[in-house]
Formats: sequence, C-alpha cells, structure tokens
Amino acid sequence: MPGARDNHGGQAKGNATGTGESRALELELRDVQKRYAGRREAAISDLSLTVPAGEVCVLVGPSGSGKTTAMRLINRMIQPSGGDILLGGRSVLERDTTELRREIGYVIQQIGLFPHKSVRDNIATVPKLLGWSKERIEARVEEMLKLISLDAEDVADRYPNQLSGGQRQRIGVARALAADPPLLLMDEPFGAIDPINRTYLQDAFLTLQAKVRKTVVFVTHDIDEAIKLGDRIAILREGGVLAQYATPAELLDHPADQFVAEFVGADRALKRLGLTTLAEVELVKMNGHRPAGQIAVTTNVRDALSAVLAGGGEPLTVVDGDGEVLGLATLEAIGHLFKNGDPSSMPASGPASGKHA
Amino acid sequence: MKLPLAAGGPIIPHFSSSGCERNNQLFCWGWFKQNWAGTLWPALKQHVVLTLIAVVIGFAIAMVLALIAYRYRRAEQPLIWFTSFLYTIPSLALFELLVPVPGLGLSRTTAEVALVAYTLLILFRNILTGLRNVPEEVRDAARGMGMSRRQMLTRVELPLALPAIIAGLRIATVSTIALATIAALIVNQGLGVPILSAMSNSTGPFKTELLAAGALAVLLAIAADGLLVGAQRLMTPWVRARAA
Repeated sequence: MPGARDNHGGQAKGNATGTGESRALELELRDVQKRYAGRREAAISDLSLTVPAGEVCVLVGPSGSGKTTAMRLINRMIQPSGGDILLGGRSVLERDTTELRREIGYVIQQIGLFPHKSVRDNIATVPKLLGWSKERIEARVEEMLKLISLDAEDVADRYPNQLSGGQRQRIGVARALAADPPLLLMDEPFGAIDPINRTYLQDAFLTLQAKVRKTVVFVTHDIDEAIKLGDRIAILREGGVLAQYATPAELLDHPADQFVAEFVGADRALKRLGLTTLAEVELVKMNGHRPAGQIAVTTNVRDALSAVLAGGGEPLTVVDGDGEVLGLATLEAIGHLFKNGDPSSMPASGPASGKHA
Repeated sequence: MKLPLAAGGPIIPHFSSSGCERNNQLFCWGWFKQNWAGTLWPALKQHVVLTLIAVVIGFAIAMVLALIAYRYRRAEQPLIWFTSFLYTIPSLALFELLVPVPGLGLSRTTAEVALVAYTLLILFRNILTGLRNVPEEVRDAARGMGMSRRQMLTRVELPLALPAIIAGLRIATVSTIALATIAALIVNQGLGVPILSAMSNSTGPFKTELLAAGALAVLLAIAADGLLVGAQRLMTPWVRARAA
C-alpha cells in the first residue's frame, strides 16, 4: 500500500486535501460482547480485532451476523455488555457519548441528511456542534465539497431532495468528515445505490481515502465490495463470532474454514487474480511476432485473463505506460501463478495497486 | 349607537333609521357604515384578541403535552383520551359548566378556558404526529453525530415537524374564530355580541347585523388561515424546493 502503514503509536497523519492535516487513530476491540435481555444467543461474542490507524476494516457477513451491531457499539449507539473498545488507546466506554460521537464520523445506508437544511448546513453539522467560528465552518464546507468533487456554487445552497442519490451519498460522507474525525463508521453506505453508481462511489471512496487516510470501519454484506475496499476484512458468522480477520489476499488464499471459503465464493481464485496486476506475472518473452491485441501492465490479472479468453486464448502483448513492450500474457503464464498449488506464493501487492490509485 | 347587551330588546333603531332597516331587508349599507366604528370594528378587534389568547395558550399547553407523549410513550393514550374528552363536551354546556367555578364566573377568563380546551386535541395530535413522522434515519444520523436530546429536538425534530404543527394551528385558529362567537354568552366581547343582539330582536333576527358580523368572522378566519399559510412558506422553504 502506498505509504499507508505509517503507524506511529496508533497515530497516522496524512494530507487531507492539500490544505489541512488529517487525523486517524487506531481502533481496538477487546472481547466485546453484546447480549440482549431475553435472548439466549449473543448478538456479538467476544469480538477482538485491531484496526491500525489509517486503514479500512470491512465488517462482512450474512444477515444476523451482527456486523451493523458491532459497528454501532463503537460509537455507543448500542451499549456493549462486556469487553472494551479503545480509540487511540482510550476507552470509549468512559467517555461522554455526545462528545465521543462528535469525534467519530458516521455514515448510514439511508444517509439521513437533514431535509430541512441546505447542503452547506448539513456538512456544517458537527463543526457547529463543536462551536467552530463562522469563517472556519465556511472554509471547511468549501474544502469538503471540493474533496467530494462537487461544485460549491452549484450545490451548497440546495436542499437534499434537489440532489441525486449519488450526490446525497457523497454529501453524507463529506458531512461525516467535516470535523476531521480520526475514525469513520460506514454502514452499507452504497447498499441502496444502483450498480453503476455504486462502482463509481466505491472508486470515489478509494480516491478519497487515499487523500484523508482515516481509520474506517465499513459494513457491507457484499464480499466483492469488501475485497475491493478493505485493507483488512473481518468475516462474521451468526451470533457475532469472528470467523476470520485478514487482508483480502490472505482471506482468498487461506480461508480459515469452510464457512469463510463458502462466503468468499467458489470463484475465489478469480477474485484473487483481481488483487494482482500483470506486473506480477512472469510474462513470456517476445519471439519476433507481436500479437495485435495489447494490454497495459497495470491491468489486474482477472481482467487480463478475461481479455485473453475473449480473444480465443491467443496471447496479448503487455505494454507499460510508455508503450514499451514487456512480453506476452498467455493462459499458461497466468496459470503459473497458481502452479505450486500454494496461492500464497502469489505476490500480495495487488490490493495496493488496485486501491488508492 | 351604544353597543347592545346580550339580553336585548328591539335592536332595529326606531328613529333616524332608513326604510331598509325598518323593513329588515337583507343588507343595509347605511346601517353598516353607521355602526362600523362604534360596534363592528371594536367587536372584530375583541374577537382577534379572544382568538389569539386562546390559540397561544392552547399551543403552549399542547406543545408541553406532545413533548411528554413523545418522550414517554405510555403517556400518549391517556393524553389523547383527556384532550378528546375536552373536545367532545358540547360548547354551550362547557361554558355553562365553567361559570359557577370559583374565580371564573362571567369573565373573559371563563371564555378563554373553554376556547383553549377546544384547541388542545387538534394541536396536541398534530404536534405529536409531526414529531413521530421525522424519518428514523434522520434521527439516527443526528444522534450518531453527537447531538444531545435537546439539540435533536430544537435543530432537527421540531423544524421537521413544522408543516404538521402549522397545519394544526390553521385548523385550531379557524375553529377558535368560529367558536369564539359563542363566548358572547358569558362575556360581552367579540363578534358574537352583534350576532346575539341581532338574533334577540323582538320582530325576528336583524338581518343586516347578523350578516355583517357573520361575514366578518368568516373573513377573519380566511385572513388568519392565509397568514399561517404564508408563515409556513417562509419557515419551511425546503418543503417546496424541488430538483431544478
């Protein structure tokens, strides 16, 4: 990951938007439990995991696995029954809830923009609660709109119902980031968006995260979204039990058990290829003749495989950014990645090149 | 001409009156002009005051009740019963029931107590419905961003309930304007006074006065409603905002 892991004592700093500093803090869950009175099964059972500062942790699992509950325990929208949650080494359980929540960005699927407030006032919500000066709020709103690539003059004074679903979702994210929180919670933020816009918003999220480098807890039921967005993925099973907590590559290479293997899907080899670029493939040397079809070395291997198959299995010429020919991508060369039967031998650099582009 | 009291004899003037009045025709402009400054205009002003006091006090009480019911769901049903009970008491009976109460008697306070009682059900229900209709995700987002209960109420829930609250105020105001005419039975104020005096004319209702006072009450109701509609447009610009 490009410089993502500068993790000094739970603190990471990145450059927010070119003008301001951005904060991030390490998040640690220790044996966190949630039980509801009158129910035998726990909603969350002894959940322990650490999210390094500036990383995206995706909570994923089938319905009933408690992923949203787990997320809502962190800003104490739900009170844990046991265990501890530490943000930057400090327990959230000892803190005043309103003060704590103002320090944690919060994005939900239905967005929950205030319909009676303009985009400007929506984004200014937490800064206003924190008592920032007018000038500082005004400047911050402009900065946030720029960050999510919306034109301030065009949208700042509109009401949420005058905007498209995708715009609203981006404004929801801008609102959550306005007070520069060290932690961002996102509960299926793209769940209600059509597939084309969802892909666009996912890419926009990765671009944004590369700039702000927040610690993010992201809930989804979509494993593909988890693989695309997560630095680490926590797979939960029914009863809020942590099935596996690992990077996307580890998860696909070594699913901890049958449940995880089934959850990531039978096509996990293909998904794994999606995390790797042609740069990692041992390309076949050119031997005079050059196939007409060509492909960029930055392409992920899954797309490259698809391109080769679409061409009837004929090799493709791999070129770098300057158009320099690097070799041939053949079916065999791609298959070679798995040749040892041990996919962990595959370089795990993939997520970085796919992400934070 | 002196304002006639509720218990009246003949109203139609015996001298210096036109043929129109003596024949009790449908509407005599001459009488209207002659009695505007002395009778109708003061009665209209009193009517406005009666209504304003009733709606303002009723709104304050209903707001407190609605906030209690909003916060404590168990209080909702008893409060609905209570306000509905008040609403169902026949107005004539209520005025009569209140007169013997010590400290009330034949006073404006008595009239206001009755008028306030009738506003409560509508205002209470509308305020509560408005608060309950605030979308759950909006409330969740407000809480998740660190608003206190009070901040949620004043910055999110009440503003979003405004359309329903103002709708309630419109109904309460218009119905109070109509009902306040009956207050003339216990207090010598409002547009009910000329209506009563017109009806107590010994030779049948004096049509001009009856029509004039009645029409003023209707016009007052329309004007008040219009003002509230205007206020709502000013206060809730987001309701009308649509994609450009």
